[in-house]
Amino acid sequence: MPVKVVMAQKILRANEQVARENRERLNRLPTVNLISSPGAGKTTLLEKTIQSLRGEFNIGVVEGDIYTTRDAERIAGQGAEVVQVNTAGLCHLDANMVGRALDQLELDGLDLLFIENVGNLVCPAEFDLGEDYKVALLSVAEGGDKPEKYPLVFRESQAVVINKSDLLPYTDFDMNKVREEIRTINPDTRIFVTSATTGEGLEAWCAWLGDIVRRKRSATG
Amino acid sequence: MHEIGLIQTVIDEVGRAARENNIKRVTKVRLVVGRMNGAIPDALEFAFSVLSPETMFEGAELEIESVPVRLRCPRCGAESVVEELAYFCPECGARAEIVSGQELYIDYFEGDDGKEDAREGSDGPEDTAGQRAGGP
Repeated sequence: MPVKVVMAQKILRANEQVARENRERLNRLPTVNLISSPGAGKTTLLEKTIQSLRGEFNIGVVEGDIYTTRDAERIAGQGAEVVQVNTAGLCHLDANMVGRALDQLELDGLDLLFIENVGNLVCPAEFDLGEDYKVALLSVAEGGDKPEKYPLVFRESQAVVINKSDLLPYTDFDMNKVREEIRTINPDTRIFVTSATTGEGLEAWCAWLGDIVRRKRSATG
Repeated sequence: MHEIGLIQTVIDEVGRAARENNIKRVTKVRLVVGRMNGAIPDALEFAFSVLSPETMFEGAELEIESVPVRLRCPRCGAESVVEELAYFCPECGARAEIVSGQELYIDYFEGDDGKEDAREGSDGPEDTAGQRAGGP
């Protein structure tokens, strides 16, 4: 006999549940989920960020990649505590993968945790991992049309890093126009312009990271 | 995109609910997908056609309601449906709130519990052993 069952259930409900559990585990540890397309410079930015901040903070990194441990090796070389997550083909990290990575980190000993997502501007924006901040990274070499083409990630991000600023003279990247487009999508987001290669702009980026560490510390006592 | 993974989740979750309701075969699944969501209806249908054979979903219909992006203006109160993602009220130009278009959920499913329909009354086969659930 025919039966109709109303579910009204979010497809990503299970992910949201695990993300809530992660957030609970990270309730004293400021966590930044770094999202960009492949090759925008996430790992290089992290290397330089760790170099700047390692004297002040103990930094952990959950390193998401589809395959290989190359990025994790680069990060470990900078003295951060790193856990590699290989998604074996999946286009984003989900809360479960991050939860398993957190099992392998000494969370109490850390001051700041980065989650380097799989290189992809689309899917990672839809999966809550339990982080405090999403940060979208966009590189000058990719072209200035990315915010309009991939609005969700820019809408969800509390900060946007425009990286590879040293390449500006060689491209038609219109910084003012891109800033304006990002502001249209998300008027509250912070924008940092950096070159991880030359070090330009890293001071402001690292100062913001220092602020979020201190802010969470004072909020959680 | 990860439509295969989303449909696998739908099959797992609906399958679990079906078993809880003693449903042997699912005949229809209805999803609601906002246009702002990255999940593409064609790709969801393709994923369903790949993952459903040889399961309780074999031959089931997948219906997808595609919800347009709707804006509400806090200044002039206008509600507008927009074709593409927009941020400003088409009526007065103020920054608008997005009120729909981000949905991604399972609305309902239909299935068959393998039992005869009691409403068929005397035309149905007799329940000689009185084994039907809820029987005296």
